[in-house]
This record gives sequence, structure tokens and C-alpha cells, in this order.
Amino acid sequence: MQNFIDAYSFINLRFLLMGLGVTVLISVVSVILSFIVGSILGIIRYSNIRYISKIVGFIIDILRNLPLLLIIFFTYFGLPNFGFKPDTIPAAILAMTVFESAMIAEIVRSGIMAVPKGQMEGARSTGMTYLQAMWHIILPQAYKKMIPAMVSQFISLIKDTSLATIIVVPELMQHAQIIYGQNANYIIPMFLAMSVMYFVVCFGLSLVSNRIDKRIRA
Amino acid sequence: MINIITSHWSELLTGFGWTIFSSVLALLFSLVIGSIFAILEVLPNKIARTIGKIYVEVFRNIPLLVITMFFYIAIPMYIVKINGFVAGTIGLTIYTSAFIAETVRSGIQSIDKGQMEGARSTGMTYWQSMRYIILPQAFKIVIPPLGNQFVNLVKNSSVLAFVAGFDLMYQGNAIASTTFDTINSYLVVGLLYLIITLPLSYYMQYLEKRLV
Repeated sequence: MQNFIDAYSFINLRFLLMGLGVTVLISVVSVILSFIVGSILGIIRYSNIRYISKIVGFIIDILRNLPLLLIIFFTYFGLPNFGFKPDTIPAAILAMTVFESAMIAEIVRSGIMAVPKGQMEGARSTGMTYLQAMWHIILPQAYKKMIPAMVSQFISLIKDTSLATIIVVPELMQHAQIIYGQNANYIIPMFLAMSVMYFVVCFGLSLVSNRIDKRIRA
Repeated sequence: MINIITSHWSELLTGFGWTIFSSVLALLFSLVIGSIFAILEVLPNKIARTIGKIYVEVFRNIPLLVITMFFYIAIPMYIVKINGFVAGTIGLTIYTSAFIAETVRSGIQSIDKGQMEGARSTGMTYWQSMRYIILPQAFKIVIPPLGNQFVNLVKNSSVLAFVAGFDLMYQGNAIASTTFDTINSYLVVGLLYLIITLPLSYYMQYLEKRLV
């Protein structure tokens, strides 16, 4: 019991929360970037542009089927060979964005496919161009359907940021390791504390997502 | 790239083997554990449902790395000494079983209620109808999502690299740090992962389309 009281000192808890802040920062920045990139890639893959859609689709499939950890290693240890040496946090954001863009592209594509074909045909027949119809008619409907999948992807992104501890990004997992590295008695309290923090963030998000989803369906 | 393959093929093959071994082991265990919790979640008993729900929600919302490191660092300290491979596989099993439970549960719930009622009315007990009528149909539906879980599992097995689990990622790192040829080492490792995951996920896409 004394271990727990010592471990949860003000300084340690503040240190953990700072780590959680970096975790959230990396997740939010990566999810915004990969939402943009992923949407563009998903629409390109859906649109059946000659050659381009096939190539983009193949790249998406490759990225989706690689471990994120490998992409993180490649970004941090591989890219410097090309003369580009990102710092740890930008490297983590870059790796996450590359991986998540591919994941989100697939969500976007299947969201668009879930919109009935008649919507596109109807929009085109009123004289809209393909892009206009996509932007004003298809995407608003598609994004509504995608919300649950997007949120669960965001949750797995938050959990995946823990992998960035391997390139010494100062996120939650890393900070917890630093604390229990100083005192072996803090191991259990630290694992408990960081599990609770990840759980609260991720589970809270999934509750919010359920609520939004219900409201949209109602 | 050819250079890396010819001079390090034995490490790469070992890593490939351990990755597959750990993924298959974790899949088998998490199928069993996941199905048990899925059934708990659909039982009429409220306590059983709560237990199932807590297990699933807790382990779905904690990073795999945290679970794995717990088994690698905390368990050997207080309970029993286990090596990185075992700790990693246990972590993978627990994490994946929560997702499999969720998948199987939605499979069971997608079976028409009349099936259970019909089975019960022919005189089967609850367990008999579950075992002979509901589960066989449910598992048929969830094969494609389970396959996707396996693809995720193979990718996730790269956390074994954190705990010296001898897997592909671990060997790739070792090769990268001895040859200094990071790009080609990681490209080779990536190719080896794709050999497992890409055909599998294309096959699951095909199955999904055929089911619909």
C-alpha cells in the first residue's frame, strides 16, 4: 500500500499526465492529417481513374498490411539515410499519419460505397460535375455513416501511439517506464495508472461515438 | 536488398518462424478465450453478461504494448519467470481475445432469434441449442472478420520486438543495427510480413464479397 502512496506522488502523477498530453497531441495531429490524406486517397481509389486508382489502391493495401512498428522504425532509422532526419515527435506523427491514412482511406471508400448509387446518378443528372456531386451529395452522407468506424480507428491510433516509446517519444508509456525504472516498487502502480489513463481516454471516446451514432440514426 | 537476404537468411527465417508460431498460438488461445467471453456476453444471466462486458471493454481499451510489458516486467518480478516470447504471446492472446469476443458476440446476435426458440421448442436445452444450432451458424458468419483479426494479430506480433521475442521485427532490428543498412533491412522485413498478411487479407475480402 505504501508503494502506491509513494508512487502516486504529485510529481509522478504530473509527469504521467504530461506523457498523456503528448500521447493525445500526437494522436490528434496524426488523425487530422490522416483524415485529410486518407479522404483524398479513399476518393481516388473509389473513383476508378485509370491506372492511378489501381496504384493508389495497391499502396493502401501494402501500408495496411504492414506492422505500424515497422513503419515507425523505417521513419526514424531509415529516412535519415535519405538525408531527412526528423525529431522523435515529428517522426512519430509522420509514421502514424502514413499508416492511418491508409486505414482511413479504406473507411472512406467503404463509406462512399455504402451510399446508394442513385444518389450519384441523380446528382449528375441535375448537371453537377463528378466532383461537385461527390462534394455536395455523396461525401456528406458517406461521412455520417463512417463516424463509428472513424472513432474506433482513432481509438486504436491512441493505443498505437504507445509503440512510439521505442523511438523515445516522451508519451505516456515512456514516462511510466521512466518512473518505474527508478524504483522497482513502482512497477505495479505505474502499470495500473497508465492502464487507467488509456482506458479512460479510449473508453470515453467510444461512449461519445455511440451517443453520436444513436442520435444520427434516430 | 538481395545482399541482406543472402547474408542473413537464417535470422530472417527464424524470425519468420517465431512470428508465425506466436501468431498461431495466440490465435488458437484467443479463439477459445474470446468465444467463452462472447457466450458470457449473450447469456440470460446478468452477472455473466457484466463479466463478459468488463473483460472485453477493459482489454480493448488498453494498448497491447502495456499488456505485453506488464507480463514481461511485472509478472516475472512477483509471480513466475517467463521469457519474452511467452510474455509477448500471452499479451497478444489477451488483447486479441477481447476483439474476437466482440466479433463472435456480434455473430451470435446476428442469428435470428427464431433459431434459438425453434431449437428450444424441439426439446433441446439452452446449451445444446447454443452448441448445435447457434454457434455453427455464428462462426460461419464471422469467418471473414476473424481472418482480419488474424491479419491484425500477425502485424501486432511485432510487439515481441519490445520483449526480445526473436520475432521478425526483432531480427530485422538486429540486422539493421549490425549492417547499418537500415532501409534495406526494414524493406526485407516488410516484404516478409506482406507475404503473410497480404494474401490473407485479399482472401478475406473475397470471402466477404461472396458472403454478401
